Amino acid sequence: MHRFWLITALLALVLAPSAALAADYGGTIVVGTIGDATSMIPMITSDSASHEMSDLVYNGLLKYDKNLNLVGALAQSWTVSPDGLTITFKIRQGVRWQDGKPYTAHDAVFNWRFMVDPKTPTPYSGDYLKVKKAWAPDDYTFVVQYSEPFAPGLASWTLVQMPRHLLEGKDVRSSPLNKHPLGTGPYKFVRWDTGARVVLKYNPDYWEGRPYLDQVTYRVIPDMATMFLELKAGGLDEMGLTALQYRRQTNNEHFKKHFKKYNYLSSNYVYLGYNLKDPRFADRRVRQALSYAIDKKEIIKGVLLGLGQICTGPLKPGTYWYNPKVARFDYNPAKAKALLAAADWKDSDGDGVLDKNGRPFEFTILTNQGNAYRANTGVIIQQRLAQIGVRVKLRTVEWAAFINEFVNKGRFEALILGWTMPPDPDLFDVWHSSKAKPGQLNFTYYKNPELDQLLVAARRTFDRAQRKAYLDKAQEIIAQDQPYTFLYVPDALPIVAARFQGIEPAPAGISYNFIRWWVPKALQIPALTR
Amino acid sequence: MLTYLAKRLGMMIPLLIGITFISFLIMHLAPGSPTDLATDLNPKMSEIAKERLTKLYGLDKPLPVQYWNWLKRLTVLDFGRSFAPDGLPVLNKIATRLPVTVTINVLSLMLVFILAVPIGVYSATHRGSAFDQATTVFVFVGFATPTFWLALLCMILFGVQLGWLPISGIKSLNHDQLSWLGQLLDYARHLTLPVILSAFTSLAGMSRYMRGNMLEVIRQDYITTARAKGLPERQVIYSHAMRNAMMPVITILGLSVPGLIGGSVIFESIFAIPGMGKLFYDSVMARDYPVVMGGLVIGAVLTLLGNLLADLGYALTDPRVRTS
Repeated sequence: MHRFWLITALLALVLAPSAALAADYGGTIVVGTIGDATSMIPMITSDSASHEMSDLVYNGLLKYDKNLNLVGALAQSWTVSPDGLTITFKIRQGVRWQDGKPYTAHDAVFNWRFMVDPKTPTPYSGDYLKVKKAWAPDDYTFVVQYSEPFAPGLASWTLVQMPRHLLEGKDVRSSPLNKHPLGTGPYKFVRWDTGARVVLKYNPDYWEGRPYLDQVTYRVIPDMATMFLELKAGGLDEMGLTALQYRRQTNNEHFKKHFKKYNYLSSNYVYLGYNLKDPRFADRRVRQALSYAIDKKEIIKGVLLGLGQICTGPLKPGTYWYNPKVARFDYNPAKAKALLAAADWKDSDGDGVLDKNGRPFEFTILTNQGNAYRANTGVIIQQRLAQIGVRVKLRTVEWAAFINEFVNKGRFEALILGWTMPPDPDLFDVWHSSKAKPGQLNFTYYKNPELDQLLVAARRTFDRAQRKAYLDKAQEIIAQDQPYTFLYVPDALPIVAARFQGIEPAPAGISYNFIRWWVPKALQIPALTR
Repeated sequence: MLTYLAKRLGMMIPLLIGITFISFLIMHLAPGSPTDLATDLNPKMSEIAKERLTKLYGLDKPLPVQYWNWLKRLTVLDFGRSFAPDGLPVLNKIATRLPVTVTINVLSLMLVFILAVPIGVYSATHRGSAFDQATTVFVFVGFATPTFWLALLCMILFGVQLGWLPISGIKSLNHDQLSWLGQLLDYARHLTLPVILSAFTSLAGMSRYMRGNMLEVIRQDYITTARAKGLPERQVIYSHAMRNAMMPVITILGLSVPGLIGGSVIFESIFAIPGMGKLFYDSVMARDYPVVMGGLVIGAVLTLLGNLLADLGYALTDPRVRTS
């Protein structure tokens, strides 16, 4: 899912017209993807492939720039009323849909209605239901009013804009836009061969200027090994590498000559979460002890081959909102043992396993099937915890059963799982105590009244510095309490054919300025035959 | 004969209903629901949205009601719309995936028979020869080789090193610009590896089977008689022995008819072929009930029809079946 936010950011360009001077128009790119899209209407899909393939066709009112800050897209600018209840967007003039109709504020109003319509099968309606009223006083002004100040609401207007004249009054599930999207974006949809490929062609009238590359093709290759062979054989120009491929399989002359590898922090983290309803884990000292006993550096080295960073909390390192000055739990088994001893966990029967009231300290870590990184992480944790006298069993479960039977019902002792880190730093849904209910996202049942207050306060202020102050404190509390042992943030590892110019890695990744990627005329080979 | 046919057809209906009932039950009893996956672990996806989706899909109704509604629609051949966001009719989805799967399966089945029969006959008639021993080794290797591994090795050799064949997919990016003949050639080049590799394992087994049958037939008295009559060995083997040895093999051919619409997930994933196996697998993983049920019903109907045809075949040849 994190790719969605990256790709949203991708619609960015803002950038340097200076680079445009030397650039050539033309050329094509073929991008490999593991999964096929499920629909070309991004607001009703939840898989990353659908978002990746359709997002070049659309724009949002706002977008993220290369440093993950919100900037205007279809909205030229916006103002928030002093009471924080009303946001007024100034809509850019002269933008047209790809069928020639003008884009106006009435489209924006329609998109809000579309999101809150009970008939729309969207998983993202939450933020839009908080809007009390939305209207367009004229063609180029769009106003939304909330019943209480809601800072994360601003980021929700990165919502892609769908054409009102094609969708209004129609059933979205049988709409032709599912198969043949039309937006205001830099690329026009050409064709979609189900399960095989999606082809896009440049939009010559794009309001940010014509994108350099003529054609974008996404090829669906469900097997990572096959995808890598296709890349090697020249059938693909871009794909995401695994850590192993990045470190061990792409260092030969062939790859050095024909490709460029990139490496930046991705927007998700992996953690070991504890069920706080379990009396053993309800004791903060125990959680802190386990965090001390797990060597995150070792996990990153062993599992990610060094391609990642230690995670210290729920916000993305290196971004504006991240607080680096929180409590850190660097590997320290002595401290771990001391904390456990303080919590009365001692090896009284001499069997090498700690016990308390005659019960040995052993628990099961669950994780989902099909994610080798997480399974391997579990093995390393198991071995480290054994060294301080805690016995761990590992169990992997198929995803749907894992979520439904274990996570949602709170039937687990500990689990290894990941969260996406959206660019908007709202922590409410995962960390607020009101969300500690079956089926909700605070499934570890972590409750801290002080944190609750901070999260609510952070939601209610549009003042960035003020919001950061609240969130800094919130991050400190979460780090101190260690309801999770935060493990790592993996790197994203894209590889792109060397002929593409203008790629500038930034905190937002590489795709944010995709429409400014270009290929020198001499290297614009016709589409490969294989 | 007609009453027999009518009786058999009448028996198929409760059988079909039974099959759909059991598959419906199993599918719905599997943990997880279609809305779980849409509300994947993203903090921005809300609980309200989940309730809404449940309602939209009609999953809030009791299971018997859901089954009844589904059955009612089925009687007019309405398989419903997929729960996937594209909301396409199930039949459309299956129709776009079916041709490629059937093509690959038919081609590989043909390849298996064209090769397996002569190999089996030859190794039976030349029992213990170098050829027979070589094929024995080949059979063991063929059985033991994981196809996905062999597929990757072939891709590396023919796709990357030699560059003779495309690695994956069923057509090139410039397919549409090719001439009619060029398009056909393009398909052929893409299908070469998948067809040969999917034939590989069955070839091993089928040739062994053919050899066994042949050996058995050769020992029969009528073969001795034929030889005693002074018929040339060629005629003994190819016209008397082989025909009889073919019978069980042809039965197997009949039984593999329903298998023609099923694809292999592993195979389709490796070769990036958009076929039935992948569609079915993805639908099960996403708990896309309408597509799964649609696939199961079509498969069940084909299996029942295949059985019916086989039974009719027996009835035609053996009068005892008709009267009993």
